[in-house]
Amino acid sequence: MPEPIRLKDHEKDARLIRARVVVSAGAIFLLALVLVARLYYLQVVQYEHHSTLAENNRIHVQPLPPPRGLIFDRNGVIIADNRPSFSLTITRERAGDWLKVLDTIVEVLALTPEDRVLFEKRVRQGRRPFEPVPVLFELSEEQIARIAVNQFRLPGVEVDAQLVRHYPEAEHFAHSVGYVGRINEAELKKLDPVDYAGTHHIGKTGVERFYEDLLHGQVGYEEVETNARGRVLRVLKHTDPVPGKDLTLTLDLNLQKAAEAALGDRRGAVVAIDPATGEVLAMVSQPSFNPNLFVTGIGYKDYAALRDSIDRPLYNRVLRGLYPPGSTIKPLVALAGLDTGVVDRSSRVFDPGYYQLPNVEHKYRNWNRGGDGWVNMEAAISRSNDTYFYDLAHKLGIDRLHGYLSHFGIGQRVSLDMFGEAEGLMPSREWKRAIRRQAWFPGETLITGIGQGYMLTTPLQLAQATALVANKGKWHRPRLLLRADKLSPEQLVAQGLVEALPTPSDIRLKDPRYWDMVSSDMQQVMHSARGTAHKVGDTAVYRIAGKSGTAQVVAIRQGEKYDRSKLHERHRDHALFVGFAPAEAPKIAVAVMVENGESGSGVAAPVVKQVMDAWLLGENGRLKPEFMPPAPLEVVHEQ
Amino acid sequence: MNSNFDRTLSREDVLRRRSSLLQRLHIDGPLLLLLLLLACGSLFVLYSASGKDVDLLLKQASSFGLGMASMLLIAQVEPRFMARWVPLGYVCGVLLLLVVEVMGHNAMGATRWINIPGVIRFQPSEFLKIIMPATIAWYLSRSSLPPSFKHTLVSLALIGVPCVLILRQPDLGTAVLILASGAFVLFVAGLRWLWIAGAAAAAVPVVVGMWYFVLHEYQKQRIHTFLDPESDPLGTGWNIIQSKAAIGSGGVFGKGWLLGTQSHLDFLPESHTDFIIAVLSEEFGLVGACLLLMVYLMLIARGLVITVQAQTLFGKLLAGGLTLTFFVYVFINIGMVSGLLPVVGVPLPFISYGGTSLVTLMSGFGVLMSIHTHRKWITKV
Repeated sequence: MPEPIRLKDHEKDARLIRARVVVSAGAIFLLALVLVARLYYLQVVQYEHHSTLAENNRIHVQPLPPPRGLIFDRNGVIIADNRPSFSLTITRERAGDWLKVLDTIVEVLALTPEDRVLFEKRVRQGRRPFEPVPVLFELSEEQIARIAVNQFRLPGVEVDAQLVRHYPEAEHFAHSVGYVGRINEAELKKLDPVDYAGTHHIGKTGVERFYEDLLHGQVGYEEVETNARGRVLRVLKHTDPVPGKDLTLTLDLNLQKAAEAALGDRRGAVVAIDPATGEVLAMVSQPSFNPNLFVTGIGYKDYAALRDSIDRPLYNRVLRGLYPPGSTIKPLVALAGLDTGVVDRSSRVFDPGYYQLPNVEHKYRNWNRGGDGWVNMEAAISRSNDTYFYDLAHKLGIDRLHGYLSHFGIGQRVSLDMFGEAEGLMPSREWKRAIRRQAWFPGETLITGIGQGYMLTTPLQLAQATALVANKGKWHRPRLLLRADKLSPEQLVAQGLVEALPTPSDIRLKDPRYWDMVSSDMQQVMHSARGTAHKVGDTAVYRIAGKSGTAQVVAIRQGEKYDRSKLHERHRDHALFVGFAPAEAPKIAVAVMVENGESGSGVAAPVVKQVMDAWLLGENGRLKPEFMPPAPLEVVHEQ
Repeated sequence: MNSNFDRTLSREDVLRRRSSLLQRLHIDGPLLLLLLLLACGSLFVLYSASGKDVDLLLKQASSFGLGMASMLLIAQVEPRFMARWVPLGYVCGVLLLLVVEVMGHNAMGATRWINIPGVIRFQPSEFLKIIMPATIAWYLSRSSLPPSFKHTLVSLALIGVPCVLILRQPDLGTAVLILASGAFVLFVAGLRWLWIAGAAAAAVPVVVGMWYFVLHEYQKQRIHTFLDPESDPLGTGWNIIQSKAAIGSGGVFGKGWLLGTQSHLDFLPESHTDFIIAVLSEEFGLVGACLLLMVYLMLIARGLVITVQAQTLFGKLLAGGLTLTFFVYVFINIGMVSGLLPVVGVPLPFISYGGTSLVTLMSGFGVLMSIHTHRKWITKV
């Protein structure tokens, strides 16, 4: 037993401890209150905030990309469709050391270091967090299998099936339909991030580019619940995407192929237009390329080969090729002459083989150095006499020449719906003063009158000008779209789906018979014995109105003669030919340019005729009934 | 006047207590009831937090069984007997820590375990959680209170040695708890307020020194993250942002059992161990969390009653130290999960999954029971 004195100590100790316990109890109570206050703050005061955080954690909105609209030719043949394709995607956030994972992919699939560089670039371009970024497309069965076997080494890497654009007709429509390609950084900045969420491709050129908005469709959404690792657990809400509109083009696959065949393996361009509507029936720029290469990202080597090829397959000659129109514009100049009253049908010019301005030494040569003697308009067009047109151009002056030719679409964008069309150049006094800081010289008017000099036109402009002559001045912008789903281009504009582009005013001549006169002269080119293209015209079972032309590639100096043997093949003249048929009721207007083809009537004219034949003739070798001209008025008149 | 030490009981009292089965088994009824309540609650919450993992539940249940057994076993030991063996236990504990220091088993970047494969795998630091307050209680109970300056210094040295060893493992959480368990005994023993204030003032340079010389990079990182979790939302700040979102999104009544999205969709890290209070708060709301806190406070209240009613100085000091340390467990865990305190690895007592801490805690309560049920009854004749 403890001693009493110790007991007293214990009493004191017990009191001390009891006091400390009371203090502790108070402190514990207060600290517990702090905890409750903290929980109250989080769970009641900040409830909204944390609730939202937790929901955002849980619910992810996944975009469902819309299937891109299909593209058909005018007969319903498919030109662009979507095919399932397997691509390899990587999600940076799930891959951990993603650079190392990329190394592993390259190793597993035995790819090259260039691919590795490309992969890294693609991943760095990746958009939102936790979004899988495709790095490699069109996986083969073997590649898919290799990835599957090595999956354990490839965190965050998945094989993803998606629809990818495919062009079954490959190079036939590369320059008209164009192609889609991966969205690049510059485009990403301009695009609506909501609309293009989940879409990896966008139209880069051609119809694909111009009608991107129609083709793309509307993105759909899926609200999914995901766990912290991003795995989808269930779908909460689903909104279907609206597929893009299917486009039916005015192009005709058969005519396109016929035009290409007519051009053969020469470089050049062919445009065929229905003059009554502006529908472009064929659009050939040769050589072409396979647009499928661009869809999933063209390899560096392939691209370099296309880009550096001397034949320039990527160059759209129809829309961007700029050539002096040469004699093909003579009918237009003739119309200007008639309409202004500067000349009439009987006006004649004596051609000694050259033309001289008063008091000027310089001789403006006719192509026929010997001269054609007295020529009137009909002879001047059918013989393509330069002297007559030097004289006519001189009488018209550059201002009136500029006015008329511009109205025919020279020097301006004529198309309704083509991407990247070049303007060309129709020179004028103002233009020369502004660009060259020089006055206009009368001699420049002369060579403008025969389509040389500063003037530059695209094959499309030539076709359009020809179609205008065929259609007696009634303007229809050349277009590629026939309808989108069931909507006509006019309805699309009315619904605000496509921006309206004003049509130039129709060309009204003082006397509408001028059209027939010039058309008749153009028919002489084909069908009179002295016509420059009578060899081609002789073989036609219908009447063609046409005009040849040559576009100089290198200037021939004064007094020098064009000598083909001296010129490098690539420096030879471009051969041009324009025409429409049947001349009495035109159904097709064609412009052909053959690069370095030299002879408009010899090389380009047969191409024009073959295209017309392909369009107009039935299997029996006669005009298709729907293209039959009404009653051959001229014949009646002669009888 | 009514000190419990010399409290005398009526004959009926004595008879009633003697005859009580619980008394004979040296079990304290209120403590047992509250602990069983917590055990049930724990299994309930764990089922949800672990993603309906029944295996894990069975393991935890068996840990409860083991803990219960060790509690009851310890409750049978007389406090006097304990006091006798405490110094030896302390020496053994420190030696084991040294063994860990030299050849411990490394798990998750920290050397905390002694692993004799096939035989035993345990953390000596857990053992010290009970031995430490017992040692200080034993040391201080040998002389009269309040502790003199010399006794205080010796106590601090006794506390300091194992704390430094544990800090070197490194395990900041356990070191803090063991430091607290020893310090609380000193506090309950009546450490002078002036000295406490002095120590607090001196702590400032010590903390600064710790920051530069003692704390490991990952520990500093935790403190950085604590001060500004949003600075690294996907890295180290992730845990705390997600646990706050879990707690906050629970609201007043919670999302319902098994319906917590943060834990079930794996946004919440360590959801069945250190961060389980976030699961409970998400699914049962403020109401659930407050109910749990109330159970804890009742346990602590019972512990303080036992402290006051203990008959021996050793018993009083040990009971007080253990009870206050228990509250520190609760406070640090809930504080860290709710973003009040930096993240240190302290589990939520009885609720978090983990056998070791459970057995340690139950053993502590076994000591409390022993202190309370081994009182000598002096009957008035």
